[in-house]
Amino acid sequence: MSRTVELHLNGHAIGLETDGSRSLLWVLRGELGLTGAKHGCGEGVCGACTVLVDGAATQACLTPVAAVAGKRVVTIEGLAEGDRLHPLQQAFVEAGGFQCGFCTPGMILAAHALLARHPRATRQQILDGLDGNLCRCGAHQRIVAAVEQVAAGKGGAS
Amino acid sequence: MTPRASREARREPPGDYGASPDLGVDLDLGTLFRDGLDRRSFFRLVGGGVAVFVTLGAEDLFAQGRRPYPEDLNAYLLIGADGRVTVFTGKIEMGQGVETSQAQMVADELDVALDAVDMVMGDTDRCPWDMGTFGSLTTRMFGPVLRAAAAEARLVLLDLAAARLGVAREALTVAAGVVAVAAEPGRRVTYGELAQGRQIARLVGEKAVLRQVEQFRVMGRSPERFDARAKVTGAAQFTGDLKRPGLLHARILRPPAHGAELTSVDTAAAARLPGVVVVREEDLVAVLHPTPDGAATALAALRAEWSAPPAGPDTETIFAHLRRTATEPQQVDLRGEPEALLEGASGRLTSTFHKGYVAHAPLEPHVALAELVDGKMTVWASTQTPFPTRDSIVAALGLPEDKVRVLTPYVGGGFGGKSAHRQAVEAARLARATARPVAVAWTREEEFFYDTFDPAAVVEFTTALDGAGHLSLWSYDVWGAGSRGAELYYDVRNVRIRSYGARGSAIQRDGRRLHPFAVGPWRAPGANMNAFARESHLDIVAAAAGLDPVELRLRNLVDPRMRGVLVAAAEAFGWKSGRALSGSGQGVACGIDAGTYVALMAEVEVERASGRIQVKRVVCAQDMGMVVNPEGAKMQIEGCITMGLGYTLSEELRFEGGRILDRNFDTYEIPRFSWVPKIESVLVANDALAPQGGGEPAIVPTGAVLANALFDATGARLFRLPLTPERVRTALARAVPS
Repeated sequence: MSRTVELHLNGHAIGLETDGSRSLLWVLRGELGLTGAKHGCGEGVCGACTVLVDGAATQACLTPVAAVAGKRVVTIEGLAEGDRLHPLQQAFVEAGGFQCGFCTPGMILAAHALLARHPRATRQQILDGLDGNLCRCGAHQRIVAAVEQVAAGKGGAS
Repeated sequence: MTPRASREARREPPGDYGASPDLGVDLDLGTLFRDGLDRRSFFRLVGGGVAVFVTLGAEDLFAQGRRPYPEDLNAYLLIGADGRVTVFTGKIEMGQGVETSQAQMVADELDVALDAVDMVMGDTDRCPWDMGTFGSLTTRMFGPVLRAAAAEARLVLLDLAAARLGVAREALTVAAGVVAVAAEPGRRVTYGELAQGRQIARLVGEKAVLRQVEQFRVMGRSPERFDARAKVTGAAQFTGDLKRPGLLHARILRPPAHGAELTSVDTAAAARLPGVVVVREEDLVAVLHPTPDGAATALAALRAEWSAPPAGPDTETIFAHLRRTATEPQQVDLRGEPEALLEGASGRLTSTFHKGYVAHAPLEPHVALAELVDGKMTVWASTQTPFPTRDSIVAALGLPEDKVRVLTPYVGGGFGGKSAHRQAVEAARLARATARPVAVAWTREEEFFYDTFDPAAVVEFTTALDGAGHLSLWSYDVWGAGSRGAELYYDVRNVRIRSYGARGSAIQRDGRRLHPFAVGPWRAPGANMNAFARESHLDIVAAAAGLDPVELRLRNLVDPRMRGVLVAAAEAFGWKSGRALSGSGQGVACGIDAGTYVALMAEVEVERASGRIQVKRVVCAQDMGMVVNPEGAKMQIEGCITMGLGYTLSEELRFEGGRILDRNFDTYEIPRFSWVPKIESVLVANDALAPQGGGEPAIVPTGAVLANALFDATGARLFRLPLTPERVRTALARAVPS
């Protein structure tokens, strides 16, 4: 059923004319042209489609658009401020926390949600917080180092 | 690190066909273009400037493999009037960092700043033919060609500058793309000014001398990767992120099992859905819709009947099937009198090892987007093999070669699995059938179904050890995995190495089916299994003889590179000498791949109740010759070891005949953050040797090093990969307590 779903996307209030049962991932990637969130598994088991919904890491592939009505959705495209990277993005660049880059948007947003809950996250909290996000290239060690940098208040853009 | 704020902006937007205006250039370039691209087309494609072509000699035919080189231009780069350097390479970027490392090579040899270099990768219309990005070949095989082209371009530019400034070439110096008279630095001209208004093509004739390590300014360092900013901001475009006007998303009807045939299909209900287009073309039944979810709904509306697939081996019976079915062996090595020693030698030990099928499982599934415009088929594909992909589309569609162009955006992981490119052919067929741009993006289930798996394999291995701890016999038979990595580097006199069944194809030359589904190259193809068998068995030999596992290896090694990495690893790790079964959980394993020598040492803890192995620490010592980008090399080492945890600890595809039982990451588990050990890399300096491969070597001994560490921790010896908790528990129940 097509209806208007209103939400805040990357800081802007928008209204979407769409079938509310459609998955948020396809609407983001299609109509909204935000392709940072990736389709990796379609079942919420890889984390490549992770976005923030009211600050929490959410698998966009399993989330109906209607479920984000009235909420704040942030995608990877909404993280940097103009040319200035978010500290997490900067830390990923500096630590080399990516290889192919396909899991990276979801990874950074999962880390963002983790640090929102635990701003000074321990190594164990980082491992637990990111365990649902898969990376096949094996960039894990440097991803953890990137998140640790930010958690220690050392990383990223000033 | 230099910030590269606008790097992503310089990668061409999708749909920019890269066509520059026809400059009407008409140069007499002799036979240069004899069989290849004609010169007008060339300059139309690349614009004006100084272009350098490299024609590879006969010795490079082998390096490129199966297909003989046509006598055409093979690698080139272009210096534009703006002074920017564009590198055209048939290699693709799938995370391994070669977009940056190739630019580093060019920047150094040409004497320009790294950020003056732009990369065009994997575009079959503009890049030199290339077999594909695999086998850790980019740096060691294509690298020297690219460096030679850049060094030659520097000579061309120096000659132009010498003429312009009225001095001899020898009187000039170059820095950052500016040529100056050494004695009068005020007299200078930039590469851009030299290239202005010229269309110069020159073959590499005079041998340009490549730079030595001590002359490197850009190589040997780790600048910020070209793809970094784009990949952390979501701006990086993968094939599935591209849009074309009127694009349709396709879902293709798939069989429930390999070998099942379509007996009937009713498409009527799907065809009635708004916006749906149905294609039925021989073996291809597809539904298309402007949205991917719309296409999925249409697929669910298809009613199809399939024949029962033929019976075949399953996850457990496959090993007997391989031994029964594999063709007569290929003799890999034969020395001395192995057969006599198999009968009579004392100190003989035999072990048999098994390993199941393993999936590539890149996070980005196979994706392609095809568009037919004015008779030309353009296909963007997530592929490791743009040129073979083009050839497959040419063959499937019956189009002339120049009517098919393949472009390769960033690839979201490949590991060998994206050498196969079925999805690109499917997209091209559907684009022709519908006369619309078509995207084919495999679901995870399709990815697990059509993957070209790392094959199941069996190894039977017998050695004999004399009283002095020297190996006197090496009899090694492998079924299914092929012989890569089975080559002997230990010092043994009586050797027989045999490989049964061709690697890489499910059907053997005799027509019999060896594997129930497609198999293919998987990061260091076959070498992981061969190292698991060899290095596990050597530890068994060491334990039986009461020798330290490192000591046994050193006693049987004369190769200085292997001794070098083994000693370096032991030092960095803090290897505690003694007999295995020390209880500390330390392990060692070695291997050679892609010209690179590697020794791994690991420390594990075993949770006895669950059988779960927790890897605490892995040290890798690697001799890869000259290192172009040290951090990039270490990232590849870490990636190898982390990915290797998967085939070692959990990954084994479950199947019944042609029916694939693992279809997503919920049951097929790949490594997670909680699994990952502390990884330390030691690059053993060897600048006298040209750069060797880095994308695969460190994954090779990962299975063996963990199996050996498990044994050292618990006395449990596992002969089958992966070392699942269940198998560890079973082995623990049998193991002799230490």
